Amino acid sequence: MIEIKNLHANVNGKEILKGINLKVNAGEVHAIMGPNGSGKSTLAQVLSGHPAYQVTQGEVLFEGQDLLDMEPEERAHAGVFLAFQYPVEIPGVSNSYFLKAGLNEIRKSRGQEELDSFQFLKLLKEKMKVVEMDQSFINRPVNEGFSGGEKKRNEILQMAVLEPKLAILDETDSGLDIDALKIVSSGVNKLKSPSNATIVVTHYQRLLNYIVPDFVHVLVHGRIVKSGGKELALELEANGYDFIREEMLQSA
Amino acid sequence: MSESIEELVSQEYKYGFTTNIETDTIPPGLNEDVVRLISKKKNEPEWLTEWRLKAFRHWLTLEEPRWPNLTYAKIDYQSISYYSAPKQVKKLDSLDEVDPILLETYEKLGISLTEQKRLSGVAVDAVFDSVSVATTFKETLKEKGIIFCSFSEAVQEHPDLVRKYLGSVVPSSDNYFAALNSAVFSDGSFCYIPKGVRCPMELSTYFRINASNTGQFERTLIVADDGAYVSYLEGCTAPMRDENQLHAAVVEIVAMDNAEVKYSTVQNWYAGDKDGKGGIYNFVTKRGKCAGVNSKISWTQVETGSAITWKYPSVILQGDNSIGEFYSVAVVNNRQDADTGTKMLHIGKNTRSTIVSKGISAGRGNNTYRGLVSIGKNATGSRNYTQCDSMLIGNKCSANTFPYIEVKNSSSSVEHEASTSKIGEDQIFYCKQRGINTENAISMIINGFAKEVFKNLPMEFAVEAQKLLGISLEGSVG
Repeated sequence: MIEIKNLHANVNGKEILKGINLKVNAGEVHAIMGPNGSGKSTLAQVLSGHPAYQVTQGEVLFEGQDLLDMEPEERAHAGVFLAFQYPVEIPGVSNSYFLKAGLNEIRKSRGQEELDSFQFLKLLKEKMKVVEMDQSFINRPVNEGFSGGEKKRNEILQMAVLEPKLAILDETDSGLDIDALKIVSSGVNKLKSPSNATIVVTHYQRLLNYIVPDFVHVLVHGRIVKSGGKELALELEANGYDFIREEMLQSA
Repeated sequence: MSESIEELVSQEYKYGFTTNIETDTIPPGLNEDVVRLISKKKNEPEWLTEWRLKAFRHWLTLEEPRWPNLTYAKIDYQSISYYSAPKQVKKLDSLDEVDPILLETYEKLGISLTEQKRLSGVAVDAVFDSVSVATTFKETLKEKGIIFCSFSEAVQEHPDLVRKYLGSVVPSSDNYFAALNSAVFSDGSFCYIPKGVRCPMELSTYFRINASNTGQFERTLIVADDGAYVSYLEGCTAPMRDENQLHAAVVEIVAMDNAEVKYSTVQNWYAGDKDGKGGIYNFVTKRGKCAGVNSKISWTQVETGSAITWKYPSVILQGDNSIGEFYSVAVVNNRQDADTGTKMLHIGKNTRSTIVSKGISAGRGNNTYRGLVSIGKNATGSRNYTQCDSMLIGNKCSANTFPYIEVKNSSSSVEHEASTSKIGEDQIFYCKQRGINTENAISMIINGFAKEVFKNLPMEFAVEAQKLLGISLEGSVG
């Protein structure tokens, strides 16, 4: 589905990603773990096209297309979704209006008919059940006055409505209490299918108890230094990131 | 909605065309003879000619205000023509007699003057340069005793009403531009709603500047008698021209006991090009007087056009328990300058006012909110709530807020909230990541910002205003 080759990226002239290689197939869940400042969130932002990051080298193919050549909205149309670490507030714009606009743009780009308000509302209400969200959120302004947990749940609701091929969850667990974490994870799990893929970016293993990855990659200083199965996450949890650093030192 | 915005953002100012029509235009210049000539052309009674001359003489003693936070080239008042009218507009008995070219012009502007074609219940008075060319639905309104006609006609047909109320809210000596207007005003709309009548349809004036090198000086007078209600809409457009044109209007509203007047404006004059060349200078005095108890006047304005805007729709809260409201969205882009706001003058007891101002600045635009809330000694138990929000798009624009507050009794309360925000890259990126392109994202964010004001506009107007914001801000984020 997505193939990242030797990806280098800068922010404010500083190189953060120093040659990432990663391949994710449909039906797979990949976890990207790593200490603070390792470049995890940068990777998520670069894949979704945030303008503050400059790609200096490498390529990313999404279903054979050059992803880096596409505008953020074109990536969304193609099926890339980023669940934001810090969801943005848009005062005065209702959640449903926002999401309907996004969905219809995506549908339009695929030559599908746009949904009218009634069709959309029906869909939205169904999807709200997935993340156990109260219907009062339909008319509340996007993320305005939402608690941390509500914002994250709202991200997963958007994901449920937009049905992306590739979902990138950027620290979705941060700021969530255990109940919210369960709801969000179960939402993500319900949306999993053999035809879509998920990249979970997280600092802690905790989330991976609920969203079980097929592969775990450890990112340190802008490079993937270790990859493995889900047991790698447990190893990290037990020994901390230091043990990776030590391994790196020894092999150096 | 989103598809129409997309369509609209890709087009230029669509009302910038010119109508070729033979006009009766007097040569540029201003003196007492010109004032007399205008009055004579309109066959006005002696008292009105004198009223104009008094205003003119007073104007000569005044100086153009320099306090607004506006930058514009000096206006040469002698180079402007003060009267221009399409020829053959004498007195019309029916719309069939209106020059087809004029009807076509208004059709192009989306205003149908042919009554049978109109589905929506809006009566229109169409003002073309200096004169009113048509008023629709006059008969229907007449049945209810409502007078809705051009100002000139009102002077002829209802001189007593005009004489009684003209200048009663905005005296001819009020300010520089009001004095100028009082001297040379050529036409406008007049509306009288009799006691206890709820006007069954929206009344609307559509102002169109066409001729070059002329100023437009219209006057609107609305009187709502005891217990009456009317919702009034004003729209304006002008052709695209390289030179600046002056528009100095006066609007007066009187609301008697228990009367309510709602006045909505979507102002879309030509704003000049990207470098600030051309555009309308809009110096307007709008004021309402809540003369009676429990009366209510509310101003809602969406200001997108004009190179220069100087405008403070105000309410004099004279009657006890009267209510004044001001809801405004002012947008400046490119080189536009706006200094706009309101005055709420609390005189009666338990009077209430609400001010919601949303300023949006883009390009090199400069947007100023200037407002006065004055609560007099006898206005006990009065309240004001003011909210002033500014939004900046890009790094070269500016927003200023100058609130003036005077409270002269201890039982009243005044609340003022203000905020300034910037459309962030992050907000736009968030929308884009959800599949919405930049132009639509900005339009959505802006419309969200201005929502509180839009919801006060009549439905049809609100849709138009939303689209207009999208167009005005086209290309404002690079």
